[in-house]
Amino acid sequence: MSDTRAQIIGTIRKSLRRDRPSSSQQAEIESRLADPPRGPIPARGQLEPQARLQLFVAMAKEAACTIAHIADRAAVPAAVAEYLARENLPAKLRVAPDAAVANLPWSTRPLLEITTGRSDGSDEVSLTPALAGIAETGTLMLTSGPERPTTLNFLPETHIVMLTADQVVGGMEEAWTRLRERYGRGVMPRTVNLITGPSRSADIEQTLQMGAHGPRRLHIILVDGQATAEP
Amino acid sequence: MQHATSHDFKNNAQRALGDQQLQRALGHVKKNFVERRAAAAARLPEFEALRDHARAIKDHVLDNLDVYLERFESKVVANGGQVHWCEDAEAARQTILRICRSVNAKLVTRGKTMIGEEIDLNSFLEANAITPVETDLGEYIIQLRHEPPSHLIAPAIHLNKEQVAEAFRAAHSDLDPKRVLTEAPALLAEARARLRSRFLAADVGITGANFLVAETGSSIIVTNEGNGDLTQTLPKIHIVLASLEKVVPTLEDAAAILRVLARSATGQEMSVYTTISTGPRRPDDLDGPEQYHVVLLDNGRSRMLGSEFREALRCIRCGACLNHCPIYHAVGGHAYGWVYSGPIGAVLTPSLLGVEEAGHLPNASTFCGRCESVCPMRIPLPKMMRHWREQEFSRHLSPPAARAALRLWAFFAKRPALYRSVTGVGARLLKMGGGRAGRLHSLPLAGGWTAHRDMPAPEGRTFQQLWAERGRR
Repeated sequence: MSDTRAQIIGTIRKSLRRDRPSSSQQAEIESRLADPPRGPIPARGQLEPQARLQLFVAMAKEAACTIAHIADRAAVPAAVAEYLARENLPAKLRVAPDAAVANLPWSTRPLLEITTGRSDGSDEVSLTPALAGIAETGTLMLTSGPERPTTLNFLPETHIVMLTADQVVGGMEEAWTRLRERYGRGVMPRTVNLITGPSRSADIEQTLQMGAHGPRRLHIILVDGQATAEP
Repeated sequence: MQHATSHDFKNNAQRALGDQQLQRALGHVKKNFVERRAAAAARLPEFEALRDHARAIKDHVLDNLDVYLERFESKVVANGGQVHWCEDAEAARQTILRICRSVNAKLVTRGKTMIGEEIDLNSFLEANAITPVETDLGEYIIQLRHEPPSHLIAPAIHLNKEQVAEAFRAAHSDLDPKRVLTEAPALLAEARARLRSRFLAADVGITGANFLVAETGSSIIVTNEGNGDLTQTLPKIHIVLASLEKVVPTLEDAAAILRVLARSATGQEMSVYTTISTGPRRPDDLDGPEQYHVVLLDNGRSRMLGSEFREALRCIRCGACLNHCPIYHAVGGHAYGWVYSGPIGAVLTPSLLGVEEAGHLPNASTFCGRCESVCPMRIPLPKMMRHWREQEFSRHLSPPAARAALRLWAFFAKRPALYRSVTGVGARLLKMGGGRAGRLHSLPLAGGWTAHRDMPAPEGRTFQQLWAERGRR
């Protein structure tokens, strides 16, 4: 195997008409990897907080998400119940075992059946927390971990995501910053999902249809204030 | 590798031109893709600057490809994954088979990957008693029909829904034969249900990669359906099948290219799912694959890096060049006879299969330049097709009549005075031949052209004469 590597690397160097890159080239690459330069960031990804939030909502809706904007975390169970009733969905929810969503005051809605854990494909509705929302394109950034199984993002027909206003950033690069703050530079969770609207396909006669393999509906509950639970 | 019929391009094209169903389907390409890309580009004032930046990133990567690939591998290994370097299609197939056999795999789900087509993975797996299931809706449809894709991002674009229904009835014979499959939603629902059970049962999931990130050792896939995510999340093993040039330095570089990718491809601001995968599941994770393998395929690319076709390695497979190509609009993807079609196919196929097999493809161009003008990575596709034509000529692969005509033209072109007087006489003769209607119904040596339409007769003076008169004014 390593012979093949040496052979391929050798052919690459022959094609580039050099041996190893010079030490100045190496240094340039190291600094690029250690402190990644940003390219042009669209002006719309660099707005002030209020306009940024508005843009996030507008872009997410354009991508066929629905959004409930609520004032505080305590109201999330009510917002979930209301959404499920409006969409005629069962009052049964598979919730990520992450404190941000698992520890919400669910007892205020006793008719909601709450279970936590990964999905085996039988759940109709899931609720997961986001790490960031990207205003530029109305994109959600979700990360996997023991408290946030990836199956919840794809198997249920309806996916509800909780996002707080302070998690909404301008462009993708700021989302990378949040990722690095959370996990460390160059360190990644197994899966980072950037999700822009519900699943879709246009593979049959170029006709757009929702709900190809992933969720048919993506509902965002946007909560004013901070991501971390108040003590 | 996938069997090629590129050498038979002329017959392929003739058949495609006479296929009315195909011609109707190609109408979608001309209209939808072109309009959507234009709207998305117009909406982002920074689009052209982003194209320049994206191009610069890939040029930097290609200049330092060895360094970034080695860095990528060391990060994958640090995260608990493995990288398998494969020189050619056979090596990649054997590597995948070995991994599948290590868990006694019977069922393999597949995310959409052009490299999988390039190495003809499905028939190989089938021959080895492993069932591969394509999960992208378009790929699933063409797998049922035993066809190659006809478009980079819309593999079943050549089909109508009746043909899809027919394929589903044949493949899903356990379902009620009287069920109604006349509309697209019914077809999608049936595919969704059928593939859901495959996702849950698969032993191994194989995806491609839009990017490999050296900084983190991650692979990135971009889809709209979410099929790639189910493919790589549910089975025990996730195999990423990618070619060398997919590597980018950092997440910032991936972000910059993502901004031009979806806009150029489907006209979306962003595809629905962009997924960054790093290593296998972590110790306490509740889901995700237990093993993460990257099968890194060369298949001629390391040599291409040293050729005049190097810039084609910037390609991000968005399909914009196909969508804007008058030849692709006329004949569709299958006529190109292999995996890659359109202008990028006309450049890549001779590089990967040889000009003897695919020399016709770079000739199938009007050199209108639309492909280059929309390519997000600014690949000079017409220039590269010209390079192939030069090679075809210098290696005596073009037909004798064409070579003789070119040599005759070159004789006059090298003698400007003679050229001017001969073309002047020719233009006057053609004007006379065109008569009062100014149209020529037949021409010696150009019967193939005039058989289908009239040739407008010249006005009697040549371009050079008009140019000279303009100078005197």
